[in-house]
Amino acid sequence: MSATSETLVPFEDVLAAYDPALGLEVHVELNTATKMFCGCPAAFGGEPNTHVCPTCLGLPGAMPVVNGKAVESAIRIGLALNCDIAEWCRFARKNYFYPDMPKNFQTSQYDEPIAFDGYMDVEVDGETFRVEIERAHMEEDTGKSTHVGGATGRIHGADYSLVDYNRAGIPLIEIVTRPILGAGEKAPAVARAYVQQLRDLIVALGVSEARMDQGNLRADVNLSLSPKGSGVLGTRTETKNVNSFRSVERAVRFEMQRHAAILDAGEAIFQETRHWHEDTGITTSGRPKSDADDYRYFPEPDLVPVAPSREWVEELRGTLPENPVERRARLQEAWGFTDLEMRDVVAAGVVEAIEETVAEGAAPQAARKWWLSELSRRANDAGVEITELGVTPAQVAAVQRLVDDKVVNDKLARQVFDGLLAGEGTPAEIVEKRGLAVVSDDGALSTAVDNAIAANPDVADKIRDGKVAAAGALIGAVMKEMRGQADAARVRELILEKLS
Amino acid sequence: MSDPTPDLTRTTAADLAAALAAGETTSVALTQAHLDRIAAVDGSADAGVHAFLHVDTEGALAAAVASDERRAAGAPLHALDGVPVAVKDVLATTGLPTTCGSKILEGWIPPYDATVVRRLKDAGLPILGKTNMDEFAMGSSTEHSAYGPTRNPWDLERIPGGSGGGSAAAVAAFEAPLALGTDTGGSIRQPGAVTGTVGVKPTYGGVSRYGLVAMANSLDQVGPVTRTVLDAALLHELIGGHDPLDSTSVDQPVPGLVEAARQGATGDLSGLRVGVITELQGEGYQAGVLARFHESLELLTAAGAEVVEVSCPSFVHALATYYLVMPCEASSNLAKFDAMRYGLRVLPEGVDAPSAEQVMRATRDAGFGDEVKRRIILGTYALSSGYYDAYYGTAQRVRTLISRDFEAAFGQVDVLVSPTAPTTAFKLGEKLDDPLAMYLNDLATIPANLAGVPGISLPSGLADEDGLPAGFQVLAPAMADDRLYRVGAALEAALHDRWGGPLLDKVPALEGVAR
Repeated sequence: MSATSETLVPFEDVLAAYDPALGLEVHVELNTATKMFCGCPAAFGGEPNTHVCPTCLGLPGAMPVVNGKAVESAIRIGLALNCDIAEWCRFARKNYFYPDMPKNFQTSQYDEPIAFDGYMDVEVDGETFRVEIERAHMEEDTGKSTHVGGATGRIHGADYSLVDYNRAGIPLIEIVTRPILGAGEKAPAVARAYVQQLRDLIVALGVSEARMDQGNLRADVNLSLSPKGSGVLGTRTETKNVNSFRSVERAVRFEMQRHAAILDAGEAIFQETRHWHEDTGITTSGRPKSDADDYRYFPEPDLVPVAPSREWVEELRGTLPENPVERRARLQEAWGFTDLEMRDVVAAGVVEAIEETVAEGAAPQAARKWWLSELSRRANDAGVEITELGVTPAQVAAVQRLVDDKVVNDKLARQVFDGLLAGEGTPAEIVEKRGLAVVSDDGALSTAVDNAIAANPDVADKIRDGKVAAAGALIGAVMKEMRGQADAARVRELILEKLS
Repeated sequence: MSDPTPDLTRTTAADLAAALAAGETTSVALTQAHLDRIAAVDGSADAGVHAFLHVDTEGALAAAVASDERRAAGAPLHALDGVPVAVKDVLATTGLPTTCGSKILEGWIPPYDATVVRRLKDAGLPILGKTNMDEFAMGSSTEHSAYGPTRNPWDLERIPGGSGGGSAAAVAAFEAPLALGTDTGGSIRQPGAVTGTVGVKPTYGGVSRYGLVAMANSLDQVGPVTRTVLDAALLHELIGGHDPLDSTSVDQPVPGLVEAARQGATGDLSGLRVGVITELQGEGYQAGVLARFHESLELLTAAGAEVVEVSCPSFVHALATYYLVMPCEASSNLAKFDAMRYGLRVLPEGVDAPSAEQVMRATRDAGFGDEVKRRIILGTYALSSGYYDAYYGTAQRVRTLISRDFEAAFGQVDVLVSPTAPTTAFKLGEKLDDPLAMYLNDLATIPANLAGVPGISLPSGLADEDGLPAGFQVLAPAMADDRLYRVGAALEAALHDRWGGPLLDKVPALEGVAR
């Protein structure tokens, strides 16, 4: 690692001098019942080396047979990305030695991908970027190595390594973009939005669990800089396995700043694979990756070509879900959200949650409020995906019904969510158990208001003089006395009545 | 059964099946007879035929007992139920070592059966054992076996052909009535030619390759090794047909091979057009081999066939094409032998805590023989960036030309013929240091593998100069394997008349050779 590689140029300065070129390679692990080339379960997990057979262990003499369901998923992904579907294509062997590759070659498509020449329109801050898709091809996953001992968790320096072949042979689709040019300062956001939108699409297609944290969806980020306006692509680096949307954005930003520092120092970018470190937010040098990497590709002689009929392709086109971008536009209109509101909702990944909550009877704005502010925050705090938080759209709708019925106010509703997360029962039960219901007895409220007025004569005078905005201080005092169990709107009414 | 006290080991598989069906013998008796013959003549790497790498006495007898019980209950599984068979050591067998003639797989016992082995077992054929071969089927003499060579029963100083010398020698030495071989460039047919046996390479895709440890996947094919054309048809029908585990296997019914063999045996070939391949005769072919070839052509003419000459100009490039396609595929196939999961593991000397890479290197260095290493290097080089198009790419284009030559030729004639191998069996060690001379043995057999068409080799008699068997090859269009059997059986019948009976009657008795 050269000394300059740790120096970063401020982001704004990068943009003043350079144009970034982005490229994204996303691996999607399909959710087929069986592996790409054998009948073993493709399920995540399992005791190590239990989902294996002669074929996925690469035993001498065993042969692959293509999983038709995986081909179907690949075609559907291709169609959803506006790709052409090959009339005839083959698998190839990518030859290299590594202990987690049972055959020491990976069976993958090479120069004949199943889908090619597509695009996806990505929205960032209301601006649309067309990301061109070069190809989407089928391949098999490798086994999973665990390197034990040593500081880095990598094979070098490890005391020993364990290999689990359960993952070997699980079907993958690799989606490769063409270089994305002209994104400028939005390059990090475009990268993130692309991966996020791609994930939405994969989820809508139902072809993968598409969980980045479980490695169902893995993004490699290619980045290079060229001197501003030169139009000449620079040397790229490939940052592997960037495993969250946020990290995609950060990794692009980091590499832009790092590249600029090296280029500013008059040095050359070294073409290599880099590792992303989630904790420190930096990339470090991996292995050199040059065009000299020689995988000795040749067509897999044990498989016959894949030749999907045009009838089948059209039949599959008929099964495509609504395009997520169009769907979003439709929902935004139906919900009456502003562009900004919708963008935040999309960014937080809660479109589906809101849709279901609205279907359960909640008002769109209320659903947005709970999912976006309250529940996203809690998911962030807990470090889990919002869908994994354990609160369902039906529960959110039930909480909102309690608010609508003035059983609780917003503040108390937050405590209902505490109860839900603690597994204390239904929203109604939680209100009951925790004694959260709003006090609607005007007598008790009236006393509390009188007390507040008596304790804050200056404020009371201001209100009498017509400075209604000052009422907030008194409302706060009342709420405090009522331990939050009051309807703030009603309290305000009482204060204004008494001081008018 | 004309002989009242027949030697069970000298009986054809078809006759053994008939004897079993008639209750004249038992599977146990004939399996034991073959095991006894193996014990008498097979010997070891040092002496005897050495056709077998592993003999499964216990397993074969157990299968024979089960077969006899089924037959007693009136429920045999197949016409060949109870007739023993030998299997080339390149086919995976549950519970039996499968070494491919290589040190790198020493002691490996597969947890699964090759589909063809499964079909043998499902039909009730006792498996006598696993036969010797050139390491990973790379060779034409069986001298490249890591476990020592097989010797030709006609002359123990000579090679039995390769790579399937073990299967051919076992059948020629009456150690087995039937055997399975594999043919990538001639490994069934060339050993057949030099041992006086019948060997068939079926149409590519006609027989499942699942469980065949691949040398070159686009060329390999499993086929029968027998003493008669009819026996080959019986075994071929049994192992052939679609296998869902091999997506390159053809989903079409196997043509009536046994029927074709029986029809051919009547000796009438009227209306059949036979093409003699111009490019596969003449220079480089031994005089005695050519003499037997021309004699066979006369016999075909006498049987009513019309014999014409057909040119296949691209065939002169077949050998060069083969030696690019095959090593490319082989270099990749053999990458899996890395000591990580099964087979040999060699730790490098003088290294305290060797890395995975060091263990892979040490194991592959110690575990592979020179011919295997030669082909790995050739294939790796030919597939390398910058050479791929010139080598692999060109080879694939020439392969297409060879297929077109076949198509054009089969537009004119029903079958093509040539001598199987250019010479009779050469001496052990004679060509071991000259790989190119060794490769030339497969000159006439390779085009069929490159195009995927089927071929048979059957003995055409003994060469005058050395008294050793010569082979006659018949090639047919893809999925027309039945033509091989019709022509082969007709020629076989005519040759029996010419030589006064089966050629193998003249093979030395071999008693005592095993010491």
